[in-house]
Amino acid sequence: MDLSVINPVLFIAGFLVAATPLIFAAIGELVVEKAGVLNLGVEGMMIMGAICGFATAVETGSPLLGFAMAAVGGASLSLLFAFLTQITLANQVASGLALTLFGLGISALLGQSYVGVKPPRLGDINFGPLADIPVIGPILFTHDIILYLGIALVAGVWAVLKYTRAGLILRAVGESHDAAHALGFKVVRIRTLAILFGGACAGLGGAYISLIRVPQWTEGMTAGIGWIALALVVFASWKPWRALLGAYLFGGITQLQLNLQGAGVAIPVEYLAMSPYIITIVVLVILSADKSAAPASLGRTFHASH
Amino acid sequence: MIRLEKRPEPSRAFSLATPLLAVLATMFFGGLLFVALGKDPITSIITIFWEPLFGEFAFYYRPQLLIKGAPLVLIAIGLSLGFKAGIWNIGAEGQYIMGALFGAAAGLAFYPTESVLIFPFMVLAGAFGGWLWAMIPAFLKVRFGTNEILVSLMLVYVAEQFLASMSLGLLKNPEGFGFPGSRNLQQYASAHNAELIAGTGMHWGVVAALIAVIFAYVLLARHRLGFAIRVTGEAPRAARFSGVNPTRLVLFCMGMSGLLAGLAGLFEVAGPAGQVTIDFNVGYGFTAIIVAFLGRLHPIGILLAGGLMALTYIGGDIAQSNLGLPAAAIQVFQGMLLFFLLALDLLTNYRLRFGRAEVA
Repeated sequence: MDLSVINPVLFIAGFLVAATPLIFAAIGELVVEKAGVLNLGVEGMMIMGAICGFATAVETGSPLLGFAMAAVGGASLSLLFAFLTQITLANQVASGLALTLFGLGISALLGQSYVGVKPPRLGDINFGPLADIPVIGPILFTHDIILYLGIALVAGVWAVLKYTRAGLILRAVGESHDAAHALGFKVVRIRTLAILFGGACAGLGGAYISLIRVPQWTEGMTAGIGWIALALVVFASWKPWRALLGAYLFGGITQLQLNLQGAGVAIPVEYLAMSPYIITIVVLVILSADKSAAPASLGRTFHASH
Repeated sequence: MIRLEKRPEPSRAFSLATPLLAVLATMFFGGLLFVALGKDPITSIITIFWEPLFGEFAFYYRPQLLIKGAPLVLIAIGLSLGFKAGIWNIGAEGQYIMGALFGAAAGLAFYPTESVLIFPFMVLAGAFGGWLWAMIPAFLKVRFGTNEILVSLMLVYVAEQFLASMSLGLLKNPEGFGFPGSRNLQQYASAHNAELIAGTGMHWGVVAALIAVIFAYVLLARHRLGFAIRVTGEAPRAARFSGVNPTRLVLFCMGMSGLLAGLAGLFEVAGPAGQVTIDFNVGYGFTAIIVAFLGRLHPIGILLAGGLMALTYIGGDIAQSNLGLPAAAIQVFQGMLLFFLLALDLLTNYRLRFGRAEVA
């Protein structure tokens, strides 16, 4: 075992990359849950985004266009969920599971001819001399635009939820859909928009895995990251900045685990690979005592009977 | 303008009709999918639903129906108990793996001793493995209020890694020339879950699935615990007033579903699969979720749904080799079925009213 092969600067730069898919998926789901909807289909929407983004990037040669299509792909899958839960009033847990199963299937179908293909690379933003600053430069200024977009998205969601009327309405719908309805807000429409936003974010997160983090396409490549994102929302007590923090924590664990595999630690690879999932469980247990932060209408079906 | 009006009682007629309508809708839209893939839709549908039962090689495919259906029914029965009560164990895939590992390990520990006691011991070990794995989310839920959906799902990934580690390490066949995977249990008479009647596909797993169906039916219709499950799902507050202990209910439903999933894993590894390998699991634990809903969480319904889902697996295989239909198309097909089912369920609980809404 040789731990000195782990370069701390590269490690930190690496975990920022590992955390980005989680940031996108978690912040999207956070908005959905703030509106009172529990969408368990994050994994399905991510993998959908992963293949839509990958295929578009390969066909057009433009990674950015790929990301745009990934958002569209994730959002269109989430539209199915919105239809099931908002129009036909289906159970949200079952619909979310259906979305994940369906997404895994359809992405495998779409991705058949893309196995083993190399996608075009999205270059890092050129920060000029900033990137040459020792330590800080490589950590903060050698990334692609999507990574920064993720952080900006967290800030945006935080500001909208906290300071705007739209954010207030969204939270009202999530806390008490009956009260919001009585005040004249269109509960179904607001929730549908939130679901679409969540789908688009999950799609972006998925594409970040297939286009930047890995980068290639394999069936089921999201490997539970969507589910970890769901756990992160609980971890974050539905607060955007804590979701970011949580994503970095998990990104760090994932990266550390991969680095330890590379360094040839005496722990078998399989046990290292299960560590992020076990740690997710441990964190969930520690934080599950406090449920007060959850939106009060979370997971409940809304039907305006009058 | 279409309005929804909640029915005072769920409609019995629609409750029976929606699964059939969902299957028809899936056939139609699945057909469109096959057209999009450049296949003849009618031939595809016939290949999937007719060939395995009545085609030229049906004598070969019919036993497969039992082999593929048994684990699905076994797992779905367990899941349905929890789903009915609003307890969501979606980690059956992990419990299935752990059941297989515990059961196979219990058998292999005695290799090459022959005894009639070995197989029953493996069955117990398999059931225990699945139960144990499901007890983790159950215990965390009752003790700390942790969300059982996320924990049980996370444990699937942990179980998959554990399976990889076991088939490369502890359970690896010492005479396997370094290939990953355990000894083949089909070649170890005492541990082999052989067909009870040769050529029928009937093995102990099928027997267990049938017993589970009857057991669940009696439990739900006649037993106090079944009442507790139903009332908790329909009205949790009323359940508490009627003296239902939610802690015991979570432990029972999770434990039972884990136990049955573990059994399914054991019967599969000791029978049709034969050995523990890295990719021994094929997603029965997830497909069983569809089976449970398609069967409307009712034991008899699940039996029929398990048969239908097994049919799509086998028909999908035939369509893959005969028509070149991609394997993933069947996965999409199964996912679609669940969608239509959930959407059409609306008709069971609500009445559609056409015409303008009156001003209240």
